[in-house]
Amino acid sequence: MSKNIVLCGVGGQGTVLASKLISGAAMNKGISVKSAETIGMAQRGGSVFSHLRLGDDAECPMIAHGSADIIIGFEPGEAVRMLPYLKKGGQVIVSAKPVMPVTAALAGSNYNGEEMLAYLQDKVENVTVMDTETACRELGSTKIVNLLLLGAAVESGELGLSADDIRQVIKERIPEKFHQLNFQALEYAKGLNKGV
Amino acid sequence: MHQEFLMGNEAIAMGAIAAGVNLVAGYPGTPSTEVLETIAKRRPEDTYVEWSINEKVAMEVGAGAAYAGARVMVTMKQVGLNVAADPLMSLEYIGVKGGMVVLVADDPGPISSQTEQDTRHFSRFSKLPCFDPSTVQEAYEMVQDAFEYSEKYKTPVFLRSTTIVSHGYAAIEVQDETEYKTNKSEGFIKDTKKWVIFPKLSYQAHINIEARNVKLAGEFSSYSKNMLLDKDSKVFPKKGIATGGFNYTYVTEALKELGKAPLLKVSTPHPFPEELAVKFLTGLDEVLCVEELDPVIERELIYICGKYQLPVKIYGKLTLDVKNSGENSLDSVMDNLAKFLGAVPAKKAAISEAEQDEMPELPVRPPVLCAGCPHRGAFYAVKQAMKGKKTIFCGDIGCYTMGNAMPLDMVDTCLCMGAGLGIAQGVNHIEPDTSCFAFVGDSTFFAASITGVINAVYNQANMTLIVLDNSTTAMTGHQPHPGTGRTMMGDVVNKVSIEGILKGIGLEFVETVNPLDHKASVDAVKRAAALPGVKAIIFKSPCIAIVKSGKSLSINQDKCINCRKCIREIGCPGLVIRNDRVIIDDSLCTGCGLCSQICPVEAIGGEADE
Repeated sequence: MSKNIVLCGVGGQGTVLASKLISGAAMNKGISVKSAETIGMAQRGGSVFSHLRLGDDAECPMIAHGSADIIIGFEPGEAVRMLPYLKKGGQVIVSAKPVMPVTAALAGSNYNGEEMLAYLQDKVENVTVMDTETACRELGSTKIVNLLLLGAAVESGELGLSADDIRQVIKERIPEKFHQLNFQALEYAKGLNKGV
Repeated sequence: MHQEFLMGNEAIAMGAIAAGVNLVAGYPGTPSTEVLETIAKRRPEDTYVEWSINEKVAMEVGAGAAYAGARVMVTMKQVGLNVAADPLMSLEYIGVKGGMVVLVADDPGPISSQTEQDTRHFSRFSKLPCFDPSTVQEAYEMVQDAFEYSEKYKTPVFLRSTTIVSHGYAAIEVQDETEYKTNKSEGFIKDTKKWVIFPKLSYQAHINIEARNVKLAGEFSSYSKNMLLDKDSKVFPKKGIATGGFNYTYVTEALKELGKAPLLKVSTPHPFPEELAVKFLTGLDEVLCVEELDPVIERELIYICGKYQLPVKIYGKLTLDVKNSGENSLDSVMDNLAKFLGAVPAKKAAISEAEQDEMPELPVRPPVLCAGCPHRGAFYAVKQAMKGKKTIFCGDIGCYTMGNAMPLDMVDTCLCMGAGLGIAQGVNHIEPDTSCFAFVGDSTFFAASITGVINAVYNQANMTLIVLDNSTTAMTGHQPHPGTGRTMMGDVVNKVSIEGILKGIGLEFVETVNPLDHKASVDAVKRAAALPGVKAIIFKSPCIAIVKSGKSLSINQDKCINCRKCIREIGCPGLVIRNDRVIIDDSLCTGCGLCSQICPVEAIGGEADE
C-alpha cells in the first residue's frame, strides 16, 4: 500500500495528534511511515500542516503537488490552501467550522468559510464536509474534532486504514478515560451521508 | 536492532545515547530543541543533561566535560551558534579528549529564526568537520560516526541538521540497549601546554588543523555516506546533480520521475570530499547544485573545476537556477531539475492552474499571541500608559515578538536575544526625550539580558525594562530555566529571582504586577516611566499553555453595543465576528478577563454563551 495524506488546519486544532494516530495505526500494520509537520512560531494561530507518507516507496517525507490521496482539513480555508497537493480523483475531508484570523476580525471581515466550502465542492469530486460544531455539541466536547475527521477519512476508504486500526492506536496512545469519547467521535461519521 | 518511529531530533538523541554520550548541554531553539529533551527523557541514569543558561555556557560546560574524557553533545539552533562562537573558535585550537558533537539545527525559510545563516559555512570558518544528514535514519547513524571522528581526530565536530530532518518523522532501525556503547571518562589530567591557550600553542595548533583537514578530506571521499550514484547514466550521460542534506531526498524523488542522472551526495560539506567530487565531475558538461541556505557545494565544485581544470559548467544559486533564499520544496526542486535536464514532469493535480487562480482569497494567518496570553495584557497596559508620549518599544526574541502584530503594534525593534536592552540605551543616548522601553521574557532575561541591565545602570541610561515573566520558555515548547526551580535532571532547586537580580544590580524601582489586572498594570507603568534612571516592571502571570484554562467568558448580546472596542484594542483570537456580532469562541477563551476590563458597557462576563 502507498498513501499520501495531508492534514491541515490552524495551530492548536489537534492536527499533530491526528497525524500521530494515523502513523501509529499504519506502523501497527507493518506499513512504513514518513511524515513532516509545522513546529515552532507558526503554531501560534498560524496555518499548520502535516504531510504523511505511508508505504515503502517514499524517499522524502514531503508530498509533491498533485500527489495527495486525501486531504484532511480542520478548517475550510486551510483545506483550500492545501488543494494544489490533491491528486486527480483524491478525497477531501473538511470541517465546516471556520477559524477567523485576528486580522480578519480587525478588518471587520465576515469570513465564515462558506466561500471556501463552495469552492471545494465546485472543484473537487470527492468532498466530505463535516459539521464538527454540531457533532462536538452532541458529544459534549470541543476536543474531538481530530477524531471526528479521522472517522470521516476512514469512512471514505481513502485512508487505507480501518476504524479498528485507529481504535487500537487510541487504546495505546490516549489515556483510558478519553477512550469512550474518542471512539464515539470516530464512529460519528458512519451515521452521516457522504457529501452532505 | 529494532524499529522505532522517531522524529529526526529524537533519532539524533537516540544515536547519541547509543554512542554512550555522558553529558549533554544546550539552549532551546527551534528546530533543535527536541534533541536535548529526548536525551533527558530516555537517558541512562548516569548521563548528565542540562539546559544551560545560553549556548555559550553550554559550549563551555561541554568543553570541560570533553577535556575530562567524556562523550559530549552540545545542542542549539543556528543563531545560537553565534552566541557560542567565542568558546568554539578557541576550542578548535585546543581540541578535546572525549568525543564532542555540536548539534546545530539550521532553519531554511527561515521559519522560526532571524537569519538564514548556514552552519556549513561556519564549519569552514571554524575549521570543524561537519556532518550533514539527509534522512532521519542517516541522522541516527551519523551522530555515532561523528563521535568516532571527533575522538579519532581530537576535535569537536558539527552535526548540522535542517528543519525537515529535525522535525520529520520516520520509522527507522535503532540499536537495542544491549548494543549501546559505554564510555568511561578518564577524568581531567593537568597539562598546561595542552589546555591553556597561548599564541604559541595556537600557531602550532593551526598548522595541525590544516594538515588534519587535508587528511580528513581524503578520508571523507570514501566515507560511506558521501555517495556517487548513477555515474554511468544512459539517460543523462553529460549532466550531473550535486546535493546534500535534506535536499538529497527531494532530488531522488524528482529523479524517479525525470530519469536517473549522475548524482553526488555530499554528507560532509567540510572538509569537502574532493577526490569523490573530481570523479563525479570528470566527463560531465554541466552540473546543477541543489541545496538550501548558501551555495556551499556549488562554490566547492567551482573551486575544484578551477583547481583540476575541468571544463564543467556549474549551476545553482549563484546562477539563480536554484532560488538563492528561502526553503526549497519537492515542487521547486522538481521544476529546477526538469528545466536543467530538459525533461517534463507529468501534471496530475486534481485542480488545474486555471482553477487555482479562481481560488477565493485565503485567510491570512500571521502567528499571534494565544487567546488569554498574559503578554497581551502587559503590552496593552504599556501602550495605554504611554499614549501620546514619545516612546520606543524595543522587543526581543520569544513569543512576545508577536506583540508586533496589530492591533497591539508594540514592537518597534527586534534584533537578537537580549538586544532590546542595548538598543533602548542607544536610542536614549541620542534622543534623551524619548521614553525607552525594553521588553524581555524570563528565559531571555537569564540567557542574554543581565549584562545589558548592568550596562544601563553603569552608564546612566534612562530606560524602563519590562520583564514578561510567564514562568517558562514558552516559544520553544516550555523548557524550564533558572527562574522555574526545575532542572532537566528532574531536580527541584532554588529559584533564581529576577527581582532579586535587578535589586542586586542596584535598581531602585522594581515592581511585580499581574498583567491581567489592567488598572494596576497601567498605574505601575506610569509611575516607572515618570522616574529617571533604570526602572523595571516584572509582569508575572503563567503561560496559558502550562496552567489549567479558566472558564470561557461570554458576551451578553443584550448589553453589547457592537462597538468592537475589544477586538480593536487587544485583538485576542478568542474574540470573533459571527453574523456581524462579536462573540467569544469558547474553544479558545481561557477566561483571562482582559477584554471584560476594556468593554465600555460591561457586556463581557462569566456566563456561558447561549
